[in-house]
Amino acid sequence: MIGIRTDQGPSGGLELTPRFGTLGILVAIAFVGGLLRGILFGERRVHIAPRLPAAATAVLDRIGRMFAPALMAFALAVPILFYHDRYILDLSIQILTYVMLGWGLNIVVGLAGLLDLGYVAFYAVGAYSYALIATNFGLSFWMCLPISGILACFWGVLLGFPVLRLRGDYLAIVTLAFGEIIRLVLINWQSVTGGPNGVPGIPRPSFFGIPFNAEENGFAATFGLEYSPTYRIVFLFYVILALALVTNWVTIRLRRLPIGRAWEALREDEIACRSLGINTTNVKLTAFAMGAMFGGFAGSFFATRQGFISPESFSFSESALVLAIVVLGGMGSQLGVVIAATVMLGGFELFREFAQYRMLVFGLAMVAIMVWRPRGLIATRSPSVFLARRKAIEPGLAREGPG
Amino acid sequence: MEYFLQQLINGLTLGSIYGLIAIGYTMVYGIIGMINFAHGDVFMVGAFLALIAFLMLVALGVTAVPLALFLVLLIAMALTALYGWTVERMAYRPLRHSFRLAPLISAIGMSIVLQNYVQIVQGARVKPLPPLIQGGYTLLDRNGFAVGLSNVQIAIVVITLVLMLVFSWLVAKTRLGRDMRACEQDLKMASLVGVDIDRTISLTFVIGAALAAVAGIMDLLYYGVIDFYIGFVAGVKAFTAAVLGGIGSLPGAMVGGLLIGLIETFWSAYFSIEYKDVAAFSVLVIVLIFLPTGILGRPEIEKV
Repeated sequence: MIGIRTDQGPSGGLELTPRFGTLGILVAIAFVGGLLRGILFGERRVHIAPRLPAAATAVLDRIGRMFAPALMAFALAVPILFYHDRYILDLSIQILTYVMLGWGLNIVVGLAGLLDLGYVAFYAVGAYSYALIATNFGLSFWMCLPISGILACFWGVLLGFPVLRLRGDYLAIVTLAFGEIIRLVLINWQSVTGGPNGVPGIPRPSFFGIPFNAEENGFAATFGLEYSPTYRIVFLFYVILALALVTNWVTIRLRRLPIGRAWEALREDEIACRSLGINTTNVKLTAFAMGAMFGGFAGSFFATRQGFISPESFSFSESALVLAIVVLGGMGSQLGVVIAATVMLGGFELFREFAQYRMLVFGLAMVAIMVWRPRGLIATRSPSVFLARRKAIEPGLAREGPG
Repeated sequence: MEYFLQQLINGLTLGSIYGLIAIGYTMVYGIIGMINFAHGDVFMVGAFLALIAFLMLVALGVTAVPLALFLVLLIAMALTALYGWTVERMAYRPLRHSFRLAPLISAIGMSIVLQNYVQIVQGARVKPLPPLIQGGYTLLDRNGFAVGLSNVQIAIVVITLVLMLVFSWLVAKTRLGRDMRACEQDLKMASLVGVDIDRTISLTFVIGAALAAVAGIMDLLYYGVIDFYIGFVAGVKAFTAAVLGGIGSLPGAMVGGLLIGLIETFWSAYFSIEYKDVAAFSVLVIVLIFLPTGILGRPEIEKV
């Protein structure tokens, strides 16, 4: 496969280009790599993890607890710090969008344990519903937001019904099929969704009614500031930050309510849930609906930020990326999702020159992290409700239920 | 009527391809209870390897079609089997005792790796191949519509039948087949009575990959073009076929494959061709709602 490359020849047929040099180099690398692995890692009998002294762990604990608030403060300050760097602002808006998607999917995958590979479908429903309503009926962003959330919620319940009785892998494939069905319908239903051309001309958000332009009634004029296109970007940044924080807050609160406890119980052992009298149907449907709603919100935001949407942005790779963010960050861990999203999207941007190799490295990273740390990077299971002291459970001790 | 017959022939041909891929899915699920997400991409790799092998043989001067076909079958099956073995060693074996989400994520990652790997080393364009097996027979010619049976279609069905027979013999009569059936019934017990489960599982992946390679060759011959993305859709459809036939059951995989091929062909012939993939995916959803064990499958009893 590597040694010979096929290319389109001048007459339309295929030409072969032998690349034995490249092949030779890669074989040599693999050989040397194998040798090194044998020498360095050799035969390992017993692996004992080194333990740090108690003082060091106490300091690390304290830093760990301050990490989340520090991150929060940093996030609030980003537009101020990077005011003149449009690139960083755009990147941070993108990261926050994926963080919100990750937190939404976290409800379905991390809390309820339902493996959803078609999450991009709700993202698409949110985006298209806002786009079509805004372009056809002229409602503003803030009015469309709840509407697209409700629509996405409705689709979430619709998706939830057929998969109620399915376990693990089947559930994954069916949700994947749903995601693909939605994408194919979006591409082919030209009369409503515009097909591959997408929906152009989506109205940009306004500051609660005051548009962001250079005219008399614009944002700059009303507040006595000089016009700058950065205002809209900063406003978008704070909107997505607010939406993401709402997602996070709702998730944390719901975890302590009976429904959240039911989700986590469902994740651990579905049959035990049923024997305790929990209505698993309603619990699953609620999980899907909540996750879908936040996905819909994120989709509306995506549509208004870009001004144009097409079915290409809603393919399976988006679902895979969001799922990777949730799983690699540690299922059920809010902070892990943030770190994973930042690392992944930041990494994507850093490797922009190697655009071809980005996805390959992404896939390899997924496999590598799964083999090395199957429970994700931040892999603790903290109980939501605790008596006197919060104690984290070793992930190896918690057995994953079959559901 | 003639149109119907033609679509029937087309559907059965397409179904044979899906059936061969579905066997890989069903075998792996039967043995380790895991859906090998990357299997569709192994099929794609097989098609690419076959393409390269064809072109190399032509460049080396082997132009007799049956001989070339035979050699390509051997080469592609062997190399794809290697790919299948590598995927299993790298991505699935370390996670065999982990929680059930981990191998699935790993499989998704492996699928992405294979797709992009092929895209990088071979380029993202579609690869055409001039039709190698040409000609055919006209079965009926009534009402101005000729029902044709091309040689490619005959070759595909014959090769599929031969492989199915060989494979059924393998599972029923050989030592390896007995080991596979034992692992399917009870993995722990099989290892206790002396079956080398690591080797058996690896060989299952290898055989599945070889069959997928044959499907890839046939896809290449039938459609004449391949690109790095065919694995994804074919993979989901073949998985639908495996589920429809009853996952874990080998004749079920073939039956399911034929059914899915027929459904897809008839849908695109009589309804709309743009939504044919939607039809196939919807079949998956419908089957899993109303008939989760498939046609020939056994109901799975979960003990608590």
